Amino acid sequence: MTRRSLLAFLGLLLAKPLSVLAAWNEQAFGAKTAADALKTLGAASPAPSNDIVIEAPQIAENGAVVPIEISSNIPGTTSIAVLIEKNPFPLTGRFDFKADALPFVKLNVKMGETSDVRVVAEAGGKHYSASREIKVTIGGCGG
Amino acid sequence: MAAGPMKMRATLAGSNTAGVYTEVRVLMTHPMTTAQMKEGLHHIRNIVVKQNGKPVVEAEISQAVSRNPVFSFRLKGGAKGDKIEVSWVDNKGESNSIETAVA
Repeated sequence: MTRRSLLAFLGLLLAKPLSVLAAWNEQAFGAKTAADALKTLGAASPAPSNDIVIEAPQIAENGAVVPIEISSNIPGTTSIAVLIEKNPFPLTGRFDFKADALPFVKLNVKMGETSDVRVVAEAGGKHYSASREIKVTIGGCGG
Repeated sequence: MAAGPMKMRATLAGSNTAGVYTEVRVLMTHPMTTAQMKEGLHHIRNIVVKQNGKPVVEAEISQAVSRNPVFSFRLKGGAKGDKIEVSWVDNKGESNSIETAVA
């Protein structure tokens, strides 16, 4: 093997994992408060909005599986972030919607205790926020 | 528990007057464990939803998504036979994907 082909081979080895592993915002997901996570996402002071709809149970008996349905009626919504304020790492998900997707997501989350769930939507470069309290009878982060 | 198979259903919903959309419901077999659990941190990080080969939703998620994640997404319009593909990658570099046609 020539030196050049060896370098090319090593380059291939390095390039592969980089193309497979997509971006993941380690800093935002590692933030210990919702405020810090939002700051990292460039959404430090979102404007309150009634056009973000959060459907969730008022009381979740099992914190390991709490169903949450989110949709944004703000025109031009391009992303939605979900933060569970009292979880050790509040940022739970960030969803980017391309032009062909509706700003809607339904997911199940774990909640350690009763908490506000904050949803921050991005539209036209601005951030909007709504939140809703979910009471948790048995926390779902241990085990 | 290891990561495993996926299941997916994609159907047309809505109405001609209010607008038709494609409802995608996908299940991922994955432990989604946190660092506090004895299995250690193991969770899906990235999800991509594609419609006819084009990315339509890209998500980053944390270990606070429940075990064996189930997601619903909605895509504008759509037609029977559209190809929907969902793939995920976790923090250990494991991945999986599934493809189905809109029914």
